This record gives sequence, C-alpha cells and structure tokens, in this order.
Amino acid sequence: MSAILEVKNATRSFGGLVAVNDVSFSVPSRGVTAVIGPNGAGKTTLFNVIAGTISANGGTILLNGEDVTDFKPEAKAAKGLVRTFQLVKLFQDLTAAENVKVGFHLKTHGGLFAALFQPAWARAAERNSEKTAADLLDLVGLSKVAQTSASILPYGQQRLLEIARALACQPSILLLDEPAAGLNAEESERLARAIRRIAADGTAVLLIEHDMKLVMDIADDVVVLDYGRKIAHGTPDAVRNDPAVLAAYLG
Amino acid sequence: MTSSPSTTLPEARSAVQTTRLPLATAAVWAVSAAIVGYALIFGGYAATIISFALIYAVFVSGLNVFMGLTAQVSFGQSAFAAIGGYSSAVLTTTYAWPPLAGMSAGLVFSLLAAWAIGFPTLRLKGHYLAMATLAIGLITYEIAVEWESVTQGYLGISGIPPLGIGPFEAVSDRQILVVLSVVVLVIAFAVKRIQHSRLGRSFAAVAGSEEAAATLGINVARTKLVSFLLAAGLASISGSLFVHVVGYVSPEVFGLHMVILAFSMVYIGGLGTVAGPLIGALIVSILPEVFRGMKDSQDLAYGIALILILIYAPKGIAGVAGAFDARRAA
Ligand SMILES: Nc1ncnc2c1ncn2[C@@H]1O[C@H](COP(=O)(O)OP(=O)(O)O)[C@@H](O)[C@H]1O
Ligand SMILES: [Mg+2]
Repeated sequence: MSAILEVKNATRSFGGLVAVNDVSFSVPSRGVTAVIGPNGAGKTTLFNVIAGTISANGGTILLNGEDVTDFKPEAKAAKGLVRTFQLVKLFQDLTAAENVKVGFHLKTHGGLFAALFQPAWARAAERNSEKTAADLLDLVGLSKVAQTSASILPYGQQRLLEIARALACQPSILLLDEPAAGLNAEESERLARAIRRIAADGTAVLLIEHDMKLVMDIADDVVVLDYGRKIAHGTPDAVRNDPAVLAAYLG
Repeated sequence: MTSSPSTTLPEARSAVQTTRLPLATAAVWAVSAAIVGYALIFGGYAATIISFALIYAVFVSGLNVFMGLTAQVSFGQSAFAAIGGYSSAVLTTTYAWPPLAGMSAGLVFSLLAAWAIGFPTLRLKGHYLAMATLAIGLITYEIAVEWESVTQGYLGISGIPPLGIGPFEAVSDRQILVVLSVVVLVIAFAVKRIQHSRLGRSFAAVAGSEEAAATLGINVARTKLVSFLLAAGLASISGSLFVHVVGYVSPEVFGLHMVILAFSMVYIGGLGTVAGPLIGALIVSILPEVFRGMKDSQDLAYGIALILILIYAPKGIAGVAGAFDARRAA
C-alpha cells in the first residue's frame, strides 16, 4: 500500500537537547499508525515538525510524495494534513457546534459580502455546515452539548470536540496527540470506536498515545521513540516483545 | 478516497435548539431605545449628548470587531476617524462635494492607510500592530496640525454642511438623531451577521487560538487584516458623521482621549457583543451628566461608577445579559 506520509531523517533540537534525532518512517494511506515512547521521548516535537507548527533542523516531510517540509500549518491543512493538540486548543468563545464549523473553513468560501448579504449559496453552505457539524458531534458522542460553550465542557469532552473539529477539514491524514488523556473509560471506548470509524472511512490516522490498551486495540503499526530516536517499528505484537522497547519502558 | 462522515452516517441527529427569547439582551436593547427615545422627545441638550454617543457607538463598533471578535489590540483607531473626518470636511467645503461622496473618499483613504499599517505588521508575531497604531494616532494628529494649507491647523475647518443626500438634509436635533440611530442599527445588524458567518467564525478562531486556527487552514495574518480594515472603516465613518453633525473640525477632536473614552465604552458595554458598543457608548456618555450636580466630586463619582460596573459586570453590560440568557436556555 502506498504511503501518504513519509518522514525522512527528521531532526529537531532545542539548544543542546536533540528532541527528535534522525527519525524516519512512513505512514500508509490507510489504517492507524501509533507513535509511542516514554515521556519526553520527542513524540510531540515530532508531530510539531510534521504539522509545521515548528520547523525542522533537518530532514524531509513528504505528503503524497510532495515535499512539504517548509509548508506552514495552514498550507499543510490545505493539503489534507490536520492535527489535534496534546493540550486542547479550542475556540473558547464559540459553542461546540461552532467550533466544528470553523473546521469547514477550507471546504467552504465566502467573506464579508457573504456574511452581510447572505446570498442563497451562502445560506445553503451554512445549512450544510450545520448538518455536517451535527453528524460529526454525533460521531464523537457530543450531540447533547452542541449548543454549549466550549469553555464550559468537561476536559474529556473538549478532547473529543477537538477531534470532531479536525475531522471537519476532511483530512486525508489526521494526527492525534494523546487523544485519550483525561478521558474516562466510557469516553475512551467512544474514542476508540470513533478512531476505528475514521480509519474505516479512509482517513489515515497517526496517533501518539500513552494508553497501551488503546494502542494495542486499534493500531495497525507502531513506531517507538526513545530519547528522540526511533528504536522500533512494527505491528503491536512485534513491538510489544521487542527487547529494545522493553528496555526503554522498564529501564 | 476520503469520504465525509456525513455521507456515511445513517442519520443526522440535529442539535436541540432552544426557542426561549433572550430576554436580558432584549432588555439591554429596550433600555438603549428608551434613552434615545428620551432624547428624541425632549431634544435640546439631551439630543446633543445622545447624538455624540451614537457617533461613538459607530466608532466603538469597529473597535469591538477588532478587539472583541478578533481579540487584537489597536491604540490608534482615532487616526482613521481623523482621516474620515478631515476628508469629509475638506472635500465638502473647499471642493463642495456632497457629504456621501466625501465620506466615501474618506473611507477609501482610511482603508488604504489601515492596509499600509496592517499588512506588514500583522504578519509578525508580537504586538507590532499595537505599537504601530499608537504611532499612527500621534502622526495623524501632527499632520492635522502642521498641514495648514489643507487642514487650517489649530484653527480647524468650519462651515461643514449637515448630513444629507440630494435635497434631503438632517439639520434639526431630531433629524440627526434619527439618521444616527438608523446607522447604528444597520451596523449592529451587520455585526450580528458577521458573528454567525464563516468570516466571523474565523475571527473567533484567531481570538481563541492562532495555532489551532492555522491548523484548520485559516490564514491568521489575513484574517486579522480583514478585521482591522473593518474597524478602520467604521472609525472613518464615525469621523465623517462627527464633522457633519458638529459642522466643525479641529485636531483636538480626534486625540488620544477619543481612544480612551472608546476603550471604556467597549468594556462597559461588553467586549465581543452586538449590543455592547451602543449601550456602552450611551452609559459612558450619560454618566458625567448624571453626576454634574456634584461639582468637585463629579470626576470621582464618574470613575467609581465605571469601576463598580466593571466589578459587578466584568463582561460588560451586554456580556452579562448574554451570559444570563445562555444560562436560562441551557
Ligand atoms: N519548545 C521547547 N523548548 C525546549 N525544549 C523542548 C521544547 N519542546 C520540547 N522540548 C523538550 O524536548 C523533549 C521532547 O519533548 P516532547 O516532544 O514534548 O516529548 P513527548 O511528547 O514524547 O513527551 C523534552 O525533553 C522536552 O523538554
Ligand atoms: Mg507529548
């Protein structure tokens, strides 16, 4: 199967600390790939480099074969790569439904003229956004809080909302940074089902996760980082029994 | 390859919409209408005060788009009011243009100036725009003073014709009040529409998290620029309205005090709300009149009243009303 994302020799350091050190791997255009590793291993930094949130010191990022290494986040989003954040970044002044609607930005158009005069096409687009947002909120189990301000949602629901918002971009690859952190058991289960559904619909998923059960349940492929380096890459079963991985987690 | 979830999910369960009226917000509008109505009935001094308040409401509406909806800072909006005001003044006196044409020319000049300041500074991270706007406020003031051949310096320009289109002119207190009320209502309506549009959501996204907004494909610098241009445009219109209502303009009119007054209006009224600029402008304009009888302690009483409002209504009057309505609807 072809790769949607190829990371080649990605490197990023902060002062003397090499947070991501010569990491290479590729993500197939279907299925769920997980990035695991101890705290401080460089997982979030790797995501930041891939998504363009910070620049790399070296290496190349290919998206569908195109070199997007120096693209800004909004340009990468336009190419179908969308991420969520380890520390949730919602638009606090907006309701849950409106947050999701912001995700339709790239798929819709219209500026001041459309806002002021609301021509028929703009109203139709708005109705469509309304409906699709409701569907996405349903997918992550947030229908009941659609009209609630994002700022007052419990933390677990904020995480789920961020995923729904990212999905509104209809990404071809979705990057999730520790989506299960702060979720209760029921929300976690809801999340696992949603991720499987997203993958089944044809979106490649790359996720950072601490919850090993979740990773073993839903990942097709696992990349293991330790001290910024890739130390293993394979199926969940293969990685679980890899001596280098066991050493990193136990040692 | 990538399919939208909407096409694969069996049914859409649309969110339950509450139909209760936002009573508190309606009350804010009713109070504003009552204040303007009082001025309409009694005319005279009350009409003058309320006319100025309505002109300020236009200016503050622009500030509210930039500061409230988009969470950015500008200290120099008075510069755009000055550009609008002086354009109207010069073009309708020296060149005998009709008011609407002068106002439109001023609008174009203001937008060009705002673009020239905003385009370079808004792509930089940090508070470069805020600093640049502080500078332009001062520079515009200096130009108004020094460019005597056009602005007549400190002397100012007088004999500016009243507002009007063709044969229709707003000359009396009441006519002016009606025209200004219509302008303020149209702007409030426009802001409401912007708030619930793709454009308004991109403003709110930039206000909430620039990083997340960019991740969703929003061009943050361009979004801020659009918001800044809207604010500058409304400031320009308020400047034009002012010179036609007063019939006179001088550099002092658009000084730093205008910015300070507008800041208190936008906070008292409620940052990021639709009704905020109007109620804020009305309250801040009326309060000094209420305390006028207190002579020496007048400024103190005025200050205390403003602080009390901000303590008990930290989101401003319309902000608290909106929160109250939201709680009732939930
Ligand atoms: N902006 C930054 N400045 C300095 N050091 C950083 C920065 N971001 C991350 N680091 C460091 O890089 C290392 C990897 O961090 P991170 O990528 O967040 O790890 P993980 O997500 O795997 O827990 C850590 O030692 C962290 O302290
Ligand atoms: Mg991390």
